[in-house]
Amino acid sequence: MSQKNRLQSGGRIDRSKPLTFTYNGKQLEGFAGDTLASALLANGVDLVGRSFKYSRPRGIVAAGAEEPNAIMQLGATEATQVPNVRATQQELFSGLVAGSTNGWPNVEMDLMGLVGKIGGKMMPPGFYYKTFMYPQSMWETYEKVIRQAAGLGRSPKEYDPDIYDKMNQHCDVMVVGAGPAGLMAALTAARGGARVIIADEQNEFGGSLLSSKETVDGKAAAAWVASVTKELEANENVLVLPRSTVNGYHDHNFLTIHQRMTEHLADRAPNGQVRARYHRVRAKWVVLATGAHERPLVFANNDVPGVMLAGAVSTYINRYGVVPGNELVLMTTNDNAYRTALDWHDAGRKVQAIVDTRKNPTGPLVEAARERGITVMAGSAVIDVQGSKRVSGVSVASISEDGSKVTGSVKKLSADTVASSGGWSPVVHLSCHTGSRPQWNDEIIGFVPGATVQKQLTAGAINGNFTTSGALEQGKQAGADALEKLGLKAADVAVPATVEIKESKPMALFHIPHTKPTSQAPKQFVDYQNDVTASGIELACREGFESIEHVKRYTAMGFGTDQGKLGNINGMAIAAKFLNQSIPETGTTIFRPNYTPITFGAIAGRDCKELFDPERYTAMHKWHLEHGAKFEDVGQWKRPWYFPKAGESMQEALNRECLATRESVGILDASTLGKIDIQGKDAREFLGRVYSNAWAKLPVGKCRYGLMLKEDGMVFDDGVTSCLGENHFLMTTTSGGAATVLTWLELYHQTEWPELEVYFTSVTDHWSTMTISGPNSRKLLEELTDADVSKEGFPYMDWKPMTVAGVPARVFRISFTGELSFEINVQANYGLHVWEKLFEHGAKYDLTPYGTETMHILRAEKGFIIAGQDTDGSVHPYDLGMGWAVSMNKPFSFIGKRGMKREDCVRSDRKQLVGLKTIDPNIVLPEGAQGVFDPTAPIPMPMVGHVTSSYWSANLGRSIAMGFVKGGLDKMGEKVYYPLVDGRIVEAEICSPIFLDPKGERQNV
Amino acid sequence: MFLIYCPHCGEYREEEEFQNRGQAHIARPLDPDSCTDEEWGNYMFFRKNPKGLHHELWVHAAGCRKFFNVTRNTATYEIKEVYKIGEQPKVVA
Repeated sequence: MSQKNRLQSGGRIDRSKPLTFTYNGKQLEGFAGDTLASALLANGVDLVGRSFKYSRPRGIVAAGAEEPNAIMQLGATEATQVPNVRATQQELFSGLVAGSTNGWPNVEMDLMGLVGKIGGKMMPPGFYYKTFMYPQSMWETYEKVIRQAAGLGRSPKEYDPDIYDKMNQHCDVMVVGAGPAGLMAALTAARGGARVIIADEQNEFGGSLLSSKETVDGKAAAAWVASVTKELEANENVLVLPRSTVNGYHDHNFLTIHQRMTEHLADRAPNGQVRARYHRVRAKWVVLATGAHERPLVFANNDVPGVMLAGAVSTYINRYGVVPGNELVLMTTNDNAYRTALDWHDAGRKVQAIVDTRKNPTGPLVEAARERGITVMAGSAVIDVQGSKRVSGVSVASISEDGSKVTGSVKKLSADTVASSGGWSPVVHLSCHTGSRPQWNDEIIGFVPGATVQKQLTAGAINGNFTTSGALEQGKQAGADALEKLGLKAADVAVPATVEIKESKPMALFHIPHTKPTSQAPKQFVDYQNDVTASGIELACREGFESIEHVKRYTAMGFGTDQGKLGNINGMAIAAKFLNQSIPETGTTIFRPNYTPITFGAIAGRDCKELFDPERYTAMHKWHLEHGAKFEDVGQWKRPWYFPKAGESMQEALNRECLATRESVGILDASTLGKIDIQGKDAREFLGRVYSNAWAKLPVGKCRYGLMLKEDGMVFDDGVTSCLGENHFLMTTTSGGAATVLTWLELYHQTEWPELEVYFTSVTDHWSTMTISGPNSRKLLEELTDADVSKEGFPYMDWKPMTVAGVPARVFRISFTGELSFEINVQANYGLHVWEKLFEHGAKYDLTPYGTETMHILRAEKGFIIAGQDTDGSVHPYDLGMGWAVSMNKPFSFIGKRGMKREDCVRSDRKQLVGLKTIDPNIVLPEGAQGVFDPTAPIPMPMVGHVTSSYWSANLGRSIAMGFVKGGLDKMGEKVYYPLVDGRIVEAEICSPIFLDPKGERQNV
Repeated sequence: MFLIYCPHCGEYREEEEFQNRGQAHIARPLDPDSCTDEEWGNYMFFRKNPKGLHHELWVHAAGCRKFFNVTRNTATYEIKEVYKIGEQPKVVA
């Protein structure tokens, strides 16, 4: 396939390296050094997408990050799909597969386009809200259809096979942008000895100089760029990052950079290489040298393919050797854009006319055009464009001096390309990310960065200094300023010489008038990507939206993946004009991260799959795996859930585990329980303040259960704390609450009671904990220890140091099952050894391992609560029927005591935790089911509390449940009803939550 | 993302290592039992929400586990000072 728009020579492409790629299923050819966009233009591809709302044909407009239309779907395979890639920023490689994202069934023949044609007038701003508002219940259905029609790319349906990573960086000076200003800033800072990072989104450094015909330092601009880049690369204090977009500028000079490492090489990263890297940079000073984007003019049918930015046309000619058409009409408000007509002419193609909106353009560039015989139509504008899939001609007319109306007759010119320039808008995006509001500058007709609290400097076009000499000068100054602020010595850097071409004053014009009023003229597009037009903005203003932020949201201006890089300033200017305000009075919207879309892979880095969140294993994890455990996540812990035998269902396994434990002996890996070692002479006093019950008299060798409350009186954790020595305690917490409890203890110690001498150490991981429970547990333990573990020698709620299976152990006689239980703690390294010894000796007792689910059932049979399941931060101990765990007579007003005395906490009709027995014993209530007293009451029925725990109890041969019921503690024997989602109403009787052994005889043996 | 100086570690560290624990200088009443409901309610529930300077309690949760105070501008996110528990701020609104 011929590259009909490719020049024979010139540009920064390598014609000896042809590359083949596929676009919308067609094979095309480009060269090394091309972007996807330049290669498409070289091949004469006009159409790259359909517009979002009206489905109008769209072509390439820009040559950089600001491109609104050429948004591509890349990827040769399903797994490598990447949506929303700007063709102007994607380097070409051999085998690249790209497709346009909009258009159904395809871009060339688009049926949705009919909607745009027929319905255009019927789809004003707010169309979706106005049309699809009612009935509200249908919105979700509408939304699906609308989203499908909109379709901006799609995410892959398979795992991304590539590797990404992240790096944390620190530097003295972070330079954003490697055009003339950025290069000079980096050079100056680096020569002064600063640690510098310089990043640029393009594959090559140089910025505007890459497509410029200027000289710098007496040589071609690109040669100067190469020499500076070489010096920077050779400096070990400088990190040079091409293909790296500084996407976010966050508080305290924290910046995020998306570096594309292999996306210019192949569809998939070459073996072993990182596809993209996310740099997280903390910089002492930041130099923003982000340049400027050219502003298009807004005129009728300005979206027909072939309408482009003037600077972009020059870039395609000078950098890529591509002239994207044959006959050019240039419309401009300034001298600068004349260069595009000169470039076009010098490339041997026809310039039909330069249409200058100013009455009397003068200056060297204007003269240069006239010398080449190019027609300059002064005081005129392109008011309309002909053509549908490509420009075929333009309508030109003279306009009034202020540009507000058409004054002369309309003349038609033939053309296939329209280049327009309304001046340049500084790229203030990054400076906005930290909350700084841009300031309008009348002199340059644009917004420049506003005041900031960041350690930020700016240089070059971002300040509205659009000349190369100014950029070089300001870059040097920014580098020197950074050195001074860092306390480093000044660097010896000279500003290289440039040849400046004088430009005369530009005209402040944004919106080109039409012979018809805006509301009746053909569409004049402001934001291409979201199909926002000048008349749409006027309509929004007419409907009462005066704040530019509201206009933006109502019209969706700037809401595309391009964030309105091209259109926003024009949109504000149109709103300002309509509201009869100045642009600074109207103000501007600001930009937020990310500057350009970033792939999720880069954000995730290596933090995916097993590395996403660390998994914590106990010392016995290997054994659990070998014995077929099913696991449950508890915080980051993997805990055995149950141990099914071959062919067993979950319920069958649970029934077996429950019965075995109550009839003989079961074993639980309880290592995940939070354990906090508490020492110090005031440890006992401290416990008395943070627990609701008394600790003053707990003797060494004893254990006690405690409830921990918040200041509002509500339960937030519970556990057993044991007295190891007069000034030494071991606190246990729930598995998920360990870290929170430790922080809680530290908070009160450090901020409220620093005078108490007490120290907290997390020892959760230091110990392996196994609980043997059941009537045969003592016999089993006796086989492994010489210690006296008899009823008299080792009573309930005692603990003892002893040797178990040859290993030093702490054994606690506490019970969460209501059975005779021993909790054996050994150094974590010995955990598996002791566990296996227990099984060796336990075989004759049918020692049965059980997991968290059986633990839950066994404790529920006894009415023991689980903090976080049976509590939710809104229940105090009395609500739980656990007033026995509160000591109101302690001398110190413990945390939660005053809170419990609040009026609302002493109501008698609070929701209280009770047992629930379904009348049909075979029905297991769903946890979370809401109860009512009167199932015949009209909907909405007054709800009286929910079920918190509910199980099948094999030991009792029926279902059991616990739950909250309003005033439930006084309603024993009464009925409560649970209407379920399936329509059934389950009747239950309120009872004590202790279903088994209410006197506690089984554990006291 | 903030860069916070921990007065206990003596280093600037990333915000990820810290937790914000709300308004600083909320002293627990010495005799909670004698507080009226209003006094207790003020201690429990009422907090300032200023635009501008704010004194906050932070903890170096993934570091030294120590609590300390920060004076921060809630509009610009500038940290004006850090100081230890028991000390008073020097920068005040």
